[in-house]
Amino acid sequence: LDASFFLISLLNGLSVGLLLFMLASGLTLIFSMMGVLNFAHASFYMVGAYVAYTIARGSNFWVALAVAPLIVGAAGAGFERFVLRRVHKFGHVPELLITFGLSYIVLEMVQLVWGRSALPFQPPESMQGPLFTIVELPTGLSIAMGAPPEACKAVAGALCTTFPEFRAFGMLVAVLMLVAIWLLLTRTRIGLVIQAALSHPEMTEALGHNVPRVFMLVFGGGTALAALAGVIGGALRVTEPGMALQVGAVVFAVIVIGGMGSLAGAFVASVLLGVIESFAVGSDKSLADFFAWFGAQVTPQTFGYAVWSVKMSQIAAILPYLLLVLILIFRPKGLLGKRED
Amino acid sequence: MPRMHEGRPHYHFKPYNVGRWIVWGLYALVLLVAPLVWTSSLSHTMLSQMGIAIIACLAFNMLLGQGGMLSFGHAVYSGLGSFFAIHTLNLVSAGTLSIPVSTIPLVAGGFGALFAILLGYVTTKKAGTPFAMITLGVGELVWAMSLMFPGFFGGEGGISGNRTAGQPFLGVTFGPQIQLYWLIALYTFVCTAAMFAFTRTPLGRMLNAVRDNPERVEFIGYSTQRVRYLAFIASGFFMGIAGGLGALNFEIVTAEVVGATRSGAYLLFTFLGGAVFFFGPIIGAVLMVLALVLLSELTLAWLLYLGLAFTFMVMYAPGGISSLIMMNLRLAAFGKLRDLWTSYLALFGCGLAILGGAGAMIEMVYHLQLNEALGSKLKFMGMALDAKSAESWFGAGLVLATGLGFFELTRRVFITDWERIQEEIEKEIKRREALA
Repeated sequence: LDASFFLISLLNGLSVGLLLFMLASGLTLIFSMMGVLNFAHASFYMVGAYVAYTIARGSNFWVALAVAPLIVGAAGAGFERFVLRRVHKFGHVPELLITFGLSYIVLEMVQLVWGRSALPFQPPESMQGPLFTIVELPTGLSIAMGAPPEACKAVAGALCTTFPEFRAFGMLVAVLMLVAIWLLLTRTRIGLVIQAALSHPEMTEALGHNVPRVFMLVFGGGTALAALAGVIGGALRVTEPGMALQVGAVVFAVIVIGGMGSLAGAFVASVLLGVIESFAVGSDKSLADFFAWFGAQVTPQTFGYAVWSVKMSQIAAILPYLLLVLILIFRPKGLLGKRED
Repeated sequence: MPRMHEGRPHYHFKPYNVGRWIVWGLYALVLLVAPLVWTSSLSHTMLSQMGIAIIACLAFNMLLGQGGMLSFGHAVYSGLGSFFAIHTLNLVSAGTLSIPVSTIPLVAGGFGALFAILLGYVTTKKAGTPFAMITLGVGELVWAMSLMFPGFFGGEGGISGNRTAGQPFLGVTFGPQIQLYWLIALYTFVCTAAMFAFTRTPLGRMLNAVRDNPERVEFIGYSTQRVRYLAFIASGFFMGIAGGLGALNFEIVTAEVVGATRSGAYLLFTFLGGAVFFFGPIIGAVLMVLALVLLSELTLAWLLYLGLAFTFMVMYAPGGISSLIMMNLRLAAFGKLRDLWTSYLALFGCGLAILGGAGAMIEMVYHLQLNEALGSKLKFMGMALDAKSAESWFGAGLVLATGLGFFELTRRVFITDWERIQEEIEKEIKRREALA
């Protein structure tokens, strides 16, 4: 395991994890407040990316970054006001079902408006270069800002890995957002009302606050956060109709692993999953190699060779769900969840 | 009512439940007569699929309707059942295993239950919303694994088999579709009866209690988790049978049978049919096959229509189609249906207008998006539309707006009528009670 691989995997993992947290935070807020699991949360993420693409084509990326979350957040608040509130009286299962139906509708609408193929949604031109390069020379490890230095080509055996500027920007946005949510919830009056409505809705209502409107704002805010993640994620990865499904299930795994309704847990779980996945993707080791380490030989004749020989990079996709199952067996309340009543 | 009888002092006289015998008789009759009425090979294929879907949706509803558990990954159990069925079938073909082909669905059911035992242990630790998320996670886990082990799951191409394997029994080879249909119909009837019987067992009753008041169930000494777990296993068994029949029907199993789309379809159509009544999922299953086979041929936007129908159903009739039927049966029983049929007719007409207007618009957008190369002309319900002309858009918009306007008007009248009639029925019930 060389140092530059370790560093870059860690950084990539952090950036994936922070992106996941942008989604998971909104989902967790909505869940802990209204008890509604927003199945369509990842759909709002996707809509965010698509809307941003359209705006960015008309003006530029920065306008899109600011406006797309607002538009999607307004749509989310409207959905809460006119649809979700209507089924609230039927209980939690119909609420979950209606967001499930919404995810179908959004997916089809997106294909209807933007087509079925991937869109060329790119980071802004000023951010397409590398932020820094990790240079691993036979003499030692160093970091150079900007593009790879000359030494990368000149010295034999040099290992250079670049870290894109936009990836770093995405991390910055996520961290800023994290701080902003935390400040909003703990230091402002509206945050106080939200927290009160979360734990004692009747009492808050009796004190004269409009709790349904608080719910609507939280739902709108949560979907706006998802859309913000979508703008970053869409430009960083691919903007295509499959992007919601791809990320949606992982985000659900994140909030169960972190503990239902725990914002801090969601943060830990998303960073953890991001880092684990990033290391797994870059590794070609398998269980067979692990056994060989202990001196046990695994050959194609060994029973269950298909299982032992699967590479870590192939397993990467299922790691979140494996972790989910393990957590449920050994710690059913999640990493930082509260004990259930 | 206990009656004394010579020799048998504790004989309980209980009359036959005639209504139930008639309903089950009719159900068997429909299963028997359907392939004789619709004789084309397409309809035989569709009827076979309907039988399979009925088992699957009823098994799904054991959780959703009876137990209040919403599973987003139930295709796992039918799908794994399918894979084990096709591998068993191939073993039979190779001659290493000698069991009749007709018992393969039972083998698949066994494997479905086995995986429900394994995975359900984790899944049923929670109820409510966390349960739904965990099933989703487990579903994704199995789906990702199915792509990881091409040896067992067949990779992209899937695994194929041949259902005519083994010795023919009384000349039945299962080669022709109709022979397989009889097998499926038999399984469908027996499984439906078994699942109905399940709702009458103490476990089935406890499951309802766990759905309605888990706290109280814990208080009287039952473990809600255990009840959920047992019901989950039973459901997994029937899902496995459905999967096994599916493997025999298609003779090929690909990884998508364990995928999220299939799980979503079970949920969507079970709910559309109605989770509240036992027979609801049967309606849902029939709709599922009709939608997957016919509607998807008719329009590219069928998933959009489906999503919209589902959303409106959740909002306005959370009991599904079966609850609508039962509500109107109640009206008919009190002789009030004739007061409402004009309203129904008007609502239906306005609904058609809305569907026509919105449908024309959706089809035009789809046409522009996907079939641009074929020109801007398209046909919709026998009308020629031009997706690029203002006239077509204006026309569709006008139809839609008119439909919406009249729908709202009739809806208001209908609601007041409906509430008045419900009140009258309540009064009538009270009056009868007073008389009795």
